[in-house]
Amino acid sequence: MGIVKTDKLVFEYIRRDEEGNVEGITRAVDEVSLDVKQGDFVAILGHNGSGKSTLAKHINAILYPTEGTVFVDGKNTSDESNLWDIRQEAGMVFQNPDNQIIGQVVEEDVGFGPENLGVPTKEIWERVEESLKAVGMYEFRKYSPNKLSGGQKQRVSIAGVIAMHPKCIILDEPTAMLDPNGRKEVIRAVRALNDVEGITVILITHYMEEIIHANKVFVMDKGKIAMEGTPREIFSQVDKLKKLRLDVPQVTLLAHELRESGLPIPEGILTKEELIKALGL
Amino acid sequence: MLRDITLGQYYQADSVIHRLDPRVKLVTTICFIISLFLVDNWAGYLIAGLFLLMIIRFSKVPFKFMVRGMKSILFLLIFAAVFNLFLTPGEVVVSFWKLKITREGIRFAAFMAVRLIFLIMGSSVMTLTTTPNNLTDGLEKLLGPLKVLKVPVHEIAMMMSIALRFIPILLEETDKIMKAQIARGADFESGNLIRKAKSLVPLLVPLFISAFRRANDLAMAMEARCYRGGEQRTKMKPLIYHKADVLAYGTVACYLVICITFGKILL
Repeated sequence: MGIVKTDKLVFEYIRRDEEGNVEGITRAVDEVSLDVKQGDFVAILGHNGSGKSTLAKHINAILYPTEGTVFVDGKNTSDESNLWDIRQEAGMVFQNPDNQIIGQVVEEDVGFGPENLGVPTKEIWERVEESLKAVGMYEFRKYSPNKLSGGQKQRVSIAGVIAMHPKCIILDEPTAMLDPNGRKEVIRAVRALNDVEGITVILITHYMEEIIHANKVFVMDKGKIAMEGTPREIFSQVDKLKKLRLDVPQVTLLAHELRESGLPIPEGILTKEELIKALGL
Repeated sequence: MLRDITLGQYYQADSVIHRLDPRVKLVTTICFIISLFLVDNWAGYLIAGLFLLMIIRFSKVPFKFMVRGMKSILFLLIFAAVFNLFLTPGEVVVSFWKLKITREGIRFAAFMAVRLIFLIMGSSVMTLTTTPNNLTDGLEKLLGPLKVLKVPVHEIAMMMSIALRFIPILLEETDKIMKAQIARGADFESGNLIRKAKSLVPLLVPLFISAFRRANDLAMAMEARCYRGGEQRTKMKPLIYHKADVLAYGTVACYLVICITFGKILL
């Protein structure tokens, strides 16, 4: 069993009218089974309302399954006695950088998690230093978060999670509110964590460019897993992705169109360099 | 521009007073205020004034910052002084038309003015030399014993520090909503007071909604980072008394004794 495992996970939102009567039930996550190994970089793709964020919240035990089970490092999230262990082991980074920074100074925010865990003061400082260095924000440790750019704030949030020494980090659309530069910064930091520190990463996103570096990709649609495989396998099915209302990176799309027109190009081109090579230029 | 608003008017400097433990500063301020209300003769006020002057000197905060705080209470100051001046019964010194100024009136008015000025200055020294963050920490530690009475001290301190963190964000958001409304023809400038107040309603509603949404997000983010209240929580920057803090406590105690003996008991 891997670090994160879900078994036929079902989550239902119950919609109620003003009197509290049940109006309807929405199945946000529908029988999802997935298994993530320690050290993996997993991407979960899907357009709005596909259930990807709901799935993410289960891994951090913010939501509990209606049916099925979620295991984090072998611990069942439905068991309340595991709650704090799970939240420490599976850190979570949210979408809006402003709404997840608690401290008024960068270093204090990063120290918030370890403080909650009851880590001794001296060790908190060590953890804050190493986490800020890991995301390249050490020189900003004395800054007010309000003076940072979106990408920088998101990197501080990531540092705040790493300082808790998690085994796995879940990023719920961390780049959705950022400009292209901020997006690159954050993805670079996340990749470094995965490569250097060996932390398992589960990246939830709807930007296709960000999943190129993943080991494994899951595409969600209407609460179900619609596709799964390596980025190359996913991107070689351009038509299916379009049907799921997902944008394919321009290079991949161009390569696909060229192939359709009869050029001898392999499926699943991910980068500009690959396309140039395939074209023999 | 709104990003640069610093709350609690903190003045950055490196002084003895800045380095003191926030608890010391809070206690000192409270003692100082108490002494102002106990004292009722000139000798006492002279001692209080000298003490205040000494602290301001040590704090390295320019004197004009203290005076700046005074502007906001100028009206109150004049109001209180005038009322005391004319309405205190006693031995009449000057009288014209229906108004009488009494000897006691002059005394009371002057005392009242001095008291108010010292009060504002004294508390300004505290807010000017302590970051809001530090102040909340100090408050949490000082009120700690109240936990026995089931007062949620940690929660109050946490709320204060979160509020401080979100003030600039909400200000920025207000600015954004205002501009969006102006762009669609809203008018926040003209009209009388009531009209102006009414025009704020379409501003406040979206602001409140977004504040609640932010609060919800923040609560989730805090829980995701294992926040579970104040129990078994450690501190990244724990408050520890140093030599200077003990010395400061001693000084304050001396001040209180001297001030009360001269200002109350003697004369």
